Amino acid sequence: MEQLLQHLVNGLVLGGTYALLGIGLTLIFGLMSVVNFAHGEFYTLGAYAAFATLALAGLPFFVALVAAIAAGALLGAICERTLLRPLRGHSIDTIMLVMIGVWIAMQNAELLAWGGVARAIPHPFPTAPLTLGPLNIAPLRLFVVVTAAALIALAWLGIHTTRLGTAMRATFQDRDTAALMGVPIGRIHTITFAFGSALAAAAGALLGPVFLAYPSMGDLASLKAFSVVILGGLGNLAGATLGGLLLGVAEELGAGYVSSGYRDAVGFVAIILVLLFRPAGLFARAERIG
Amino acid sequence: MIARAAVTALGAGAALTAPWWVANPYHLHVLIMAAIFTILALSLNLLLGYTGQLSLGHAAFFGIGAYTSALLSLPPLEWSFWIALPAAAAAAALAGWGIGRLALKLRGAYFVLVTISFAGVISLISINWMALTNGPLGLPGVPAPTLGPWTLRTKTTYWYLVLAAAALAFVVCHRLVRSRIGRALVALRENEPLAESVGIDGTRYLVLAAVVSAAMAGVGGSLYAHYTRFVSPEVFLFSYTVTMVIMVIAGGQGTLAGPVVGALLFTVLPEVLREAVAWQWQMLAYGIVLVVCVFFLPRGIVPSIVAATRRAARTAGGPPEMRSGSVGPLKMRRGPAPE
Repeated sequence: MEQLLQHLVNGLVLGGTYALLGIGLTLIFGLMSVVNFAHGEFYTLGAYAAFATLALAGLPFFVALVAAIAAGALLGAICERTLLRPLRGHSIDTIMLVMIGVWIAMQNAELLAWGGVARAIPHPFPTAPLTLGPLNIAPLRLFVVVTAAALIALAWLGIHTTRLGTAMRATFQDRDTAALMGVPIGRIHTITFAFGSALAAAAGALLGPVFLAYPSMGDLASLKAFSVVILGGLGNLAGATLGGLLLGVAEELGAGYVSSGYRDAVGFVAIILVLLFRPAGLFARAERIG
Repeated sequence: MIARAAVTALGAGAALTAPWWVANPYHLHVLIMAAIFTILALSLNLLLGYTGQLSLGHAAFFGIGAYTSALLSLPPLEWSFWIALPAAAAAAALAGWGIGRLALKLRGAYFVLVTISFAGVISLISINWMALTNGPLGLPGVPAPTLGPWTLRTKTTYWYLVLAAAALAFVVCHRLVRSRIGRALVALRENEPLAESVGIDGTRYLVLAAVVSAAMAGVGGSLYAHYTRFVSPEVFLFSYTVTMVIMVIAGGQGTLAGPVVGALLFTVLPEVLREAVAWQWQMLAYGIVLVVCVFFLPRGIVPSIVAATRRAARTAGGPPEMRSGSVGPLKMRRGPAPE
């Protein structure tokens, strides 16, 4: 029982970051119809941005998080303006090929910039776990899950209460009508892609210190983001949040009770099963954004 | 027509005499890899080019072929290569059938995700199922094929083996895409509801394409295993799939010559550039090449060259040539798609 509780807590810590990744991806897909295979690379970018600020510049963790978000948003915006905007209106497959190209190019650029060696990201938290009754949680992990929850809440508020968020939801529902009502679709696309990429980078900066930073870390992150999005239903924000938590818990339980070697298989199997049996996502009835 | 026959004859002649004019054994090794990748690119092209479905898990079929062939020809079974090779094709075909049956209900991005996930699961199995696959250490000592009293151990003999296999793969593709089946696939790619309305069973034809494509990739895997004599979970590396995709897209998807040209180009070119640039730059360049191709060469190298020579012939007053049966995919055309 205690072991089960411990697995659940660990799963929620992972799941919070998976939800961040999934929200970014599902927004980009829902709003722009872009299957963003480079999403995991923004996660990697965030981890290396955190590494640069923490290990090389010796700045506090908060600054590292902001730096990662800024780097993700900036590169996301550049990517959208230079590659995606000229291809708007092209088939989804064509755009998918471009994003696969971006994925490969970004990953190998990271490999060239940082080398293939995995790097530990130093963090200011004590390593001794906090004990709450039968549960142990490392302070870093607690910080990760709280920050992830705060970022998800912020994203949620931004989309549901601001003028920009309303424009995004309008574009999501009906692009042409939104354009007729004066929503600048081009700018909304750029902002959405930058926003989604910034969330992925934040996830990287948060999980990077828990694990290690290495150039191909984005591959698994991408696939996990896709599993989360598929679990939750494409374009479904609440679904992505729940899907992220579900995937995190399922992975922890799978690693704990089945085999740790197959931990990453949970996401793959989830993608295959959900697409085959419930292609609209597990929470198809749940509220869609807007 | 004459130009094409001349190019084909020249290519065949050069390939058959390669061991005489390629003095350096390392260069022959590059050619052998090019032939194996030709098979893989032709295999991927059958799905991507003719059905429009992108398999990003193609390395899984390649790896299944390599492992099947290696396991059957190693002790305790020690079967002959000539049984292991078709068995590898059959095992990969079976996987292709399963994935095709399950995933081809889904199209586009969903199909891509299922194939990636499938490759991920297979790769994890190859790492974790120690008793069967020896885990990350891999299977060393895969025997070289024998043919009667001879062992195909030298690079020269192996070159003829892979050349024959690549030629066979090309003929299979050629026969398939010029047949009713090929026309059905192209019809499905261009307009699925219309194709189904004239009685083409979409799922059946797509599964057939997936099975043939997977079997070819399995043959490629078997040839690779018996050439390097070693199989490890690295055969499932995503970079193999990426290389195949680049070869097909840059060479010209939906054509027969495109994947061959792409395979030659992207095995020989990296070796030529190896002196000058590191391997990481090569993969970086692959990513950029993919993006550049979509923007500036959406139909690929071969169709663009063919179109350019036709234009040149027409302006020179030559007779307009018949259009060949290979149709460039309309999906990749420039300009906004109709909403």
